[in-house]
Amino acid sequence: MTLPFAIIAGLTVGSAIAAMSLRNMVHCALSLVLTFAGLAGLYLQLNAEFVGFTQILVYVGAVSILIVFAILLTRSTEPKDEPATVTPWVGISVAVAAFLTMALAVLASPIGKRLAAPASEVSVKTLGQKLMTDYVLPLEVMALLLTAAMLGAVIIAMKDKEGSR
Amino acid sequence: MAELFAKLDALPVTLKHLLMGLLPGATPEWLVSVVSAVLTITPILAVFPLMFALTTVIERKGLGRIQNRIGPNRVGIPLTDIRLWGFGQFIADGIKSLIKEDVVPRAADKVVHFLAPIALLIPVLLTYSVLPFGKNMVPLDLPQTGLLFFFAVGASTELSVFMAGWSSRNKYSLLGAMRAIAQMVSYEIPLILSSLTVVMMAGTLSLTSIVEHQAGTHFGFLHNWHLFTPWGFVGFCLFLTAAAAEANRTPFDLPEAESEIIAGYFTEYSGFKFAIFFLAEYLGLFAMCGLGITLFLGGWLPPVNIAPFTWVPSWCWFLGKLSALIVLFIWLRGTLPRLRTDQLMGFAWKFLLPMTLINLVVAALWHMSGGAVHIGIRWVVGFAMLAIPYWLLGRGFEASVGKRVYRFAN
Repeated sequence: MTLPFAIIAGLTVGSAIAAMSLRNMVHCALSLVLTFAGLAGLYLQLNAEFVGFTQILVYVGAVSILIVFAILLTRSTEPKDEPATVTPWVGISVAVAAFLTMALAVLASPIGKRLAAPASEVSVKTLGQKLMTDYVLPLEVMALLLTAAMLGAVIIAMKDKEGSR
Repeated sequence: MAELFAKLDALPVTLKHLLMGLLPGATPEWLVSVVSAVLTITPILAVFPLMFALTTVIERKGLGRIQNRIGPNRVGIPLTDIRLWGFGQFIADGIKSLIKEDVVPRAADKVVHFLAPIALLIPVLLTYSVLPFGKNMVPLDLPQTGLLFFFAVGASTELSVFMAGWSSRNKYSLLGAMRAIAQMVSYEIPLILSSLTVVMMAGTLSLTSIVEHQAGTHFGFLHNWHLFTPWGFVGFCLFLTAAAAEANRTPFDLPEAESEIIAGYFTEYSGFKFAIFFLAEYLGLFAMCGLGITLFLGGWLPPVNIAPFTWVPSWCWFLGKLSALIVLFIWLRGTLPRLRTDQLMGFAWKFLLPMTLINLVVAALWHMSGGAVHIGIRWVVGFAMLAIPYWLLGRGFEASVGKRVYRFAN
C-alpha cells in the first residue's frame, strides 16, 4: 500500500462515512461528491486515465448537480431537530457481517494467486473502436433506454405545468 | 538570425533546465519532481493572474471609451506625478480587497461559504495544466486524454458555484447560482460538441498533437489552422459563443446581472474572497480562450509560414492570440445587451445545439472527401450545408422571440 493510495482511500472512505452520517442533506451531497472524486483518483492510480476523467466529468460535473437540485427542489435542507430514533448498531453489524463474508470468499478464492495477465496498452482509440464494433448493441440499448427515460421525464414535467395553469 | 530566435523561443524551457541543473546531485528523486513541478507552475501562477490584473484595467478603460467616458486614468506610482495612464489601478484594487473586512452573513453555512471560492479557483487553475503555451511548453502532457481532462475539471466548477450560492443563505445568491448552473450545464453541450469536430479531424484527444496537426500549410504559406475550413470557422464561432456563456460573459452574464440580482452567487462575499471569485471568473475565460486557440487558431503556430512571422517565439504567438480574444470579449461586453433567461436557454437548445450537430456532419464529410474531391467544391458544399441551416434556424428562432407577454405583471 503506497502513500498516495492511502491518502485517496482514506479520503474516499472518510467522505463516504460523512455522506451517510451528516444531518444536513446538502452537506451529505457535497461529501458524496468528494467520494466520487476520490474514486476518480483511484481509477487514475490504476492508470485508467479515461475512466478516471470520465468519472469526474459525469459524476462530479453532472450527477452531483442532479442530486443537489433534487434535494433543493423536493425538501427543506434544514436539519430536523429531533434526535435520530433508529440505533445504528443493527445496520453496522449487518454491514460488517456482509463485508466479512465477502472478504473471506475473496481471500479463499484462487484468483489472488493467479498471475496478472500482461496488460495491453489500451488507448482511448481502442476503447472507441470496441464501443463502435464489438459492443455497439449494448451501447445502442443504453442510448435507447436513456432517451426513453428523458422523454418520460419531459412528459412528467409538462403535465405538471399544464395542471398548475 | 533564425538560430537566435529559436533560442528565444526555447528560452523558458532552457531556463527551467538551467534551474534544475542547479540542484545538487544527491537530491532524492521525489524532491527533483517536486522542484520541477514548482518551476512549471510558478510561471503560470505569475503570468495569468498578472494578465487578469491588467485585463481589469484595460476592460475598464475600454468600456469607458465605448461609453464615451475616460475610465481610470489617475493611479500611477504613489507620491510622484507619474500616472502611467492609470495602469497602477489594479495594484490599488488588490490592496483594497486585501485589507477590506471579510463579512460572513450570520445565517450562512460557514464551512461551505469558506470553501466555495477555493473550490472554484482550484479547478480553474487545473485547466491550465494541459494547455500547450508554446513549442514543448505544456505543463502536463496527457497524450490520451488532454481535452477530456480540460472539460472534466472545468465541469466541476458548477458545484462550487452552487456551494457559494446555497451557503450564503440569500435569495439573490441562490437565484444567481440556479441561473449559473442552468446556463453552464446547457452551454457545456454545444461547447463539447463544437470541440469534438477538431477531435474527429485530428484523431486524438492530446492538445499538443492537435496543435501539431495544424502545422501543414495551404498554398505554401498559409498555416493549416482549423479556422481556415468551413467546419472550423463555424465551429470556432459556436465554440466562442458557448465559451462566453460558460465564463458568464456578456451577453450571457445573467448569473450576475447586477440590475436584477446584485452580484448573483457571490453577492454575500466581500474582501479577498470576492476578489478570488473575480479572479476565477477571468482565469476561466482565459483558459477557455486558450483552449479555443489550441483547437482552432493553431495554438502557438504563427498564421503564415514566412520568415518574420516564424521568428517570433511560439509563446508570444499564444499570448498574442489570447490578448486578441480578450480584447474581443471586452468589445462584445461593451456592445451587446444582456439576454433574457428564456432567450438564453432557447438559444442554447434550439440554435447552438442543432448547429453543432450539423457541423459534426459537415466535418465528417470534409474528412471523407479529402483528396478525392476538388477543394473548391468541398468549400462550397461545406459552407452551403452550414449557411442554409444557420439562416433557417436563425429565422425560426427570431420568429419564436415575439413580444413578451407579462403573465403576472399585467
